[in-house]
Amino acid sequence: MNSVQGAAPTSDLTSASYHDDHLLHRLYALQQQFQHIPASSIGALAAELCLPLAQVEAVIDFYSFFHRTARGRVDLLFSNCTSCGDLSLMHDLCQRLGVVPEQTRADGAVSIGEASCIGMCDQGPALLANGRTLTQLTPLRLEQIAERIEASTPIEQWPAEWFHVHDNVRKNGLLLGTTFSTGSALVAALEKGAQTMLDEIIASGLRGRGGAGFSTGMKWKFCREATGDAHYVVCNADEGEPGTFKDRILLSSHAHAVFEGMTLCGYVIGAKKGYMYLRGEYRYMLPELLAVLERRRKLKLLGTAILGQSDFDFEIEIIVGAGAYICGEESALIESMEQKGGVPRVRPPFPVTQGFLAQPTVVNNVETLAAAAHIAVHGGGWFNAHGSDKSDGSKILSVSGDCTTPGVYEYPFGTSIQRILDDCGAEHVQAIQVGGPSGTLIAPAEFERKLAFEDLATGGSFMIYGAQRDLLHVIQNFAHFFAHESCGFCTPCRVGTTLLKNGVDKIATGHGTQYDVDELRRMAALVKRRSHCGLGQTAPNPILDLLQRFPQAFEDRLVHSDFEPHFDLDKSLQEARRLTHRDDAEAHL
Amino acid sequence: MRKVRVATTSLAGCFGCHMSFLDMDERLVGLLEHIEFSRSPINDIKHCEPCDIGLVEGALCNADNVHVLREFRQNCKILIAVGACAINGGVPAMRNHFTLEECLNEAFLDEIGVDNPHIPNDVEIPLLLSKVHPLHEVVHVDYYLPGCPPPADAFVKIITDLLEGKEPSLPREILHYD
Repeated sequence: MNSVQGAAPTSDLTSASYHDDHLLHRLYALQQQFQHIPASSIGALAAELCLPLAQVEAVIDFYSFFHRTARGRVDLLFSNCTSCGDLSLMHDLCQRLGVVPEQTRADGAVSIGEASCIGMCDQGPALLANGRTLTQLTPLRLEQIAERIEASTPIEQWPAEWFHVHDNVRKNGLLLGTTFSTGSALVAALEKGAQTMLDEIIASGLRGRGGAGFSTGMKWKFCREATGDAHYVVCNADEGEPGTFKDRILLSSHAHAVFEGMTLCGYVIGAKKGYMYLRGEYRYMLPELLAVLERRRKLKLLGTAILGQSDFDFEIEIIVGAGAYICGEESALIESMEQKGGVPRVRPPFPVTQGFLAQPTVVNNVETLAAAAHIAVHGGGWFNAHGSDKSDGSKILSVSGDCTTPGVYEYPFGTSIQRILDDCGAEHVQAIQVGGPSGTLIAPAEFERKLAFEDLATGGSFMIYGAQRDLLHVIQNFAHFFAHESCGFCTPCRVGTTLLKNGVDKIATGHGTQYDVDELRRMAALVKRRSHCGLGQTAPNPILDLLQRFPQAFEDRLVHSDFEPHFDLDKSLQEARRLTHRDDAEAHL
Repeated sequence: MRKVRVATTSLAGCFGCHMSFLDMDERLVGLLEHIEFSRSPINDIKHCEPCDIGLVEGALCNADNVHVLREFRQNCKILIAVGACAINGGVPAMRNHFTLEECLNEAFLDEIGVDNPHIPNDVEIPLLLSKVHPLHEVVHVDYYLPGCPPPADAFVKIITDLLEGKEPSLPREILHYD
């Protein structure tokens, strides 16, 4: 292993917009080369990047895609999302290949584990094979995968069509249905000037599409007015909320609009540098995104003197994440950009005054930036002619779950939930999780509610659960998700999400009593109220929603006694019985 | 007036909580006007009688701990988990990072200087649970008295509150450790 000391950067992707000197990128390269981060390489890497050793160590431990011990030469990560995951397929493959989940097979050929939602909910079940996406898995496909693993066929030689990701756009709306002419937003911006353009964005009523819904124009205004050595634009493409995949379509088919939105923002706020933070699960799109950026450079839409304006310089760099849901939170994302673990900052100060490198920074969702580019061309009035009172424009939804046509749908705000269900062919619907696990679980009685910030807000996730689904099982999945994704910084979330998970598990496995339900409710309230950031503050939502709307889902599983232990006491003595060869009456509980 | 009956015991603990209990010093004398002890290391009564308050120190590491805890739960109207081990597993739970087999091998087979290496298996010795657990995972616990150990003032406060028929509440000074 000593040979890896000072290992050269191995990425062949180095370009003006993807830098090999970013810690996440170097660790990714090491992980690809050695299937883990060799201990002997860490010191040299820290020295080379001029980072404290402790910071490099912490980053390796923080992100799911970096490992201390070797994964298999083929490392398969099955999505465990309720829409794009099917763990029974994973267990079948484990059995077929003689692999224990999360343990590398003795010959080093293969390892199999789980990943949080990988954004393929419209074409699941899906997995990541050495970071590359395979969709629409079937038992036959897994059989073929197993054969190739046993034959030591490198992933690069697996059939290319296995890795094909479909767009599945089912319904075009205001954004997806309007052709965007490359460069048109910047031409319009230069005609109008920065201040007028800012006023246009404010007038459009555009609000952040990531879910929180803060006024985009006001965010740009605050950042433009903030003083600093430099200003930055960040595109949050860390689409990690389970059930969300609408940014995937924007990045694969509308990348020019997204990058142009970033450049437009740079023009308005006076930034010369923009970053796109792309989730690690979408790394497969990186080559194409870099190619788009290169084309934009050639078209003088990026780089120095954009469109011949000597004072308009703007560069875009892409940073790729490494499997951490929390990095979708804007301040955690900035920490990650700064080569640290994604631990959310205390806010205020907000990024608009102290963001990346403590400079004024706008962090916007992919869809927000694409919308801004369209608004620059067509005007705020074109945009806010659509939508509801407090929610202007349209929303791009990722519809998945129990329906005939999962995919991407764009609707004006104010559209009813029932309309969406009718369009996607969803019948006998039991419940819908709107806005992902951190959003709202609604029952059929609420299907006339509206898609809007003032009613049902969503970052884009729309997961449908049919009558045959066990809702407690769904909520159990979410509880595991949050416990896994908690960054561990604050105690209410770190400990609380695990206690919530344990509580739901206990009830789901038929060992819960009314006392456990009451405890779950109490703990949920505490975690929601006391957590540091949005993750902990929303993690109890699915549990509270299920308790409120589907109490029967819990009651059906309860044991009618005052108290049930949290574990099987007699089983807990089994190991001791084996070691002492005892089986007398006292050796049982 | 009948005195309030209190039982105390230490499971997988270090008796530090009991020492802290005794740190009530002369305040114990006043307290004894109102309370009497059932099972407790103070009087060596072996089994818990029906009681008003049970104070349990220590975590659950073996079958006997479970029996004692169940006896306390059955007999005590109010059960209080006392100290870090009872509440979280504490120091005894540090073995949870290893398997039971690793622990026993280290202690009875592999350690340097072990004479006649074998894992004790007399029926008189309670079997160890595979992991150490806090009390509330096995019985319902009414109140938690935190600390390692809880200070004598905390014992005074929780017992006095209960004697006065109030919901026990510890002031911040008692809960704030640094």
